[in-house]
Amino acid sequence: MQWKNTTTRFGVIAIALHWLIALTVFVLFGLGLWMTELDYYDTWYKQGPWLHKSIGVMLFFVLLFRLFWRMLTPPPVALSSHKAWEVKIAHLTHLMFYLLLLSIMFSGYLISTADDRPIEVFGWFSVPATITSIPEQADVAGWVHLILASFVIGLASLHAIAALKHHFIDRDQTLNRVLGR
Amino acid sequence: MKLRKLTTSLILAGLTFASSTLMAADYVIDTKGAHASIKFRIQHLGYSWLYGRFNDFDGKFSYDEAAPEKASVEVNIKTASVDSNHAERDKHLRSDDFLNVDKYPEAKFVSTGYSPGKDGKGTVKGNLTLHGITKPLEIDVQFIGAGKDPWGGYRSGFEGTTKFSRTDFGIMKNLGPKSNDVEMTLSVEGIRQ
Repeated sequence: MQWKNTTTRFGVIAIALHWLIALTVFVLFGLGLWMTELDYYDTWYKQGPWLHKSIGVMLFFVLLFRLFWRMLTPPPVALSSHKAWEVKIAHLTHLMFYLLLLSIMFSGYLISTADDRPIEVFGWFSVPATITSIPEQADVAGWVHLILASFVIGLASLHAIAALKHHFIDRDQTLNRVLGR
Repeated sequence: MKLRKLTTSLILAGLTFASSTLMAADYVIDTKGAHASIKFRIQHLGYSWLYGRFNDFDGKFSYDEAAPEKASVEVNIKTASVDSNHAERDKHLRSDDFLNVDKYPEAKFVSTGYSPGKDGKGTVKGNLTLHGITKPLEIDVQFIGAGKDPWGGYRSGFEGTTKFSRTDFGIMKNLGPKSNDVEMTLSVEGIRQ
C-alpha cells in the first residue's frame, strides 16, 4: 500500500484521516450530549468539557492537515460505474462535511471564548479568544454548535448508508477503496 | 400685554406647583446612568460566595420622607441579562436548568407595603415573581441619602437586601445543600420626576 493517493486507489494517509476523523466526530457528538446533562457533582462535570474541547481543537488541526493532504494528493477519480448524479452528490456531500466540521469547530470555539477566556488544550497550549462581542455569544454559538453537529451526524449516517448500498447492492469498489482494499 | 404676561406666569407657576406636589415622591431608578445595580450571591459548594448581577432592569419607587409608610417600589428584571463573569456559566444559568429565560424572560418585584423603622431602615413587603412563580418576599431597606444633584435634579437612594431559597421558585438543579439560598442586594438611586 502506498502513502499517497493514486487515480484509482486511496493512500494510507487519506484512509487513516478519513476513519480517524469519522470516529472522533461520533465520539465528540456523544461526549457533547452526555457532558451537558451531567449532575454538578459528577466527576466528569469538569473533565468532560475539558476533554471535548481539547479533542475538538486537535481535530481542527487534523482536519487542516486533511485539506492540505487532499490538495497535495487528490483523491482517486470516481468509479466508471457511478452515474453522473451520484458523483455530483458525492462531491457535494464531501464539501458539506468540510464546511460543517469547520463551522462546528468555529462555533464551539466561540462558546468557550465568549468572555475572553482561552481554551486549554490538554494542558499543552491555549487557544486565545478573538471574537467576544456577539450578544449572548455563548448561547447563540451553543445553539449553532448543536444544530450543525446534529446535521453532520445525519449527513454521516446517509453517507454510511450510501456506502453500504454501493457495497451490498451495487457490489462495486466504493467502500473497499476507503478500506484500502 | 403686561396683564397677559402676568396671567401666563401665574398659570405656569400654578402648573409647576401642582406637578411638584403630585409627583414629589415619585422616582425612576437611574438604570440609564447605571447608578443602580441588582446583585446576587450564592455559595459555591459551601466553600465560597459566588457573586453575580442582573445588568438589565428598570424600576420606580415612591418615597416621601414626610410620609415614609406610603413608600412603594416596583422593579422589572430581564433575566437574560444575568452576568456572573463567566459566559459558559451564564449560558447555563439562562438555560432551563436555572432561569429558563426563553420561557420566563422577566422577573419582578412589586411591593405591597412598607414598614418604616429607625435610622432610615425599613422593611418592604411585596411579591417576587421569578421562574414563573410568585411568592411573598420581604426586603430589608436602608435609606442612604437624598438631595439635589449637580445637574438640576433631585435624587434619593436606598439599599435593599433579601434572601430566599431558589427551590421555592422551582429552580431545582442540585448544586449542593449550601447552594439553595440566594442573597440579593439592590442598590438603587432614583431621580425624582
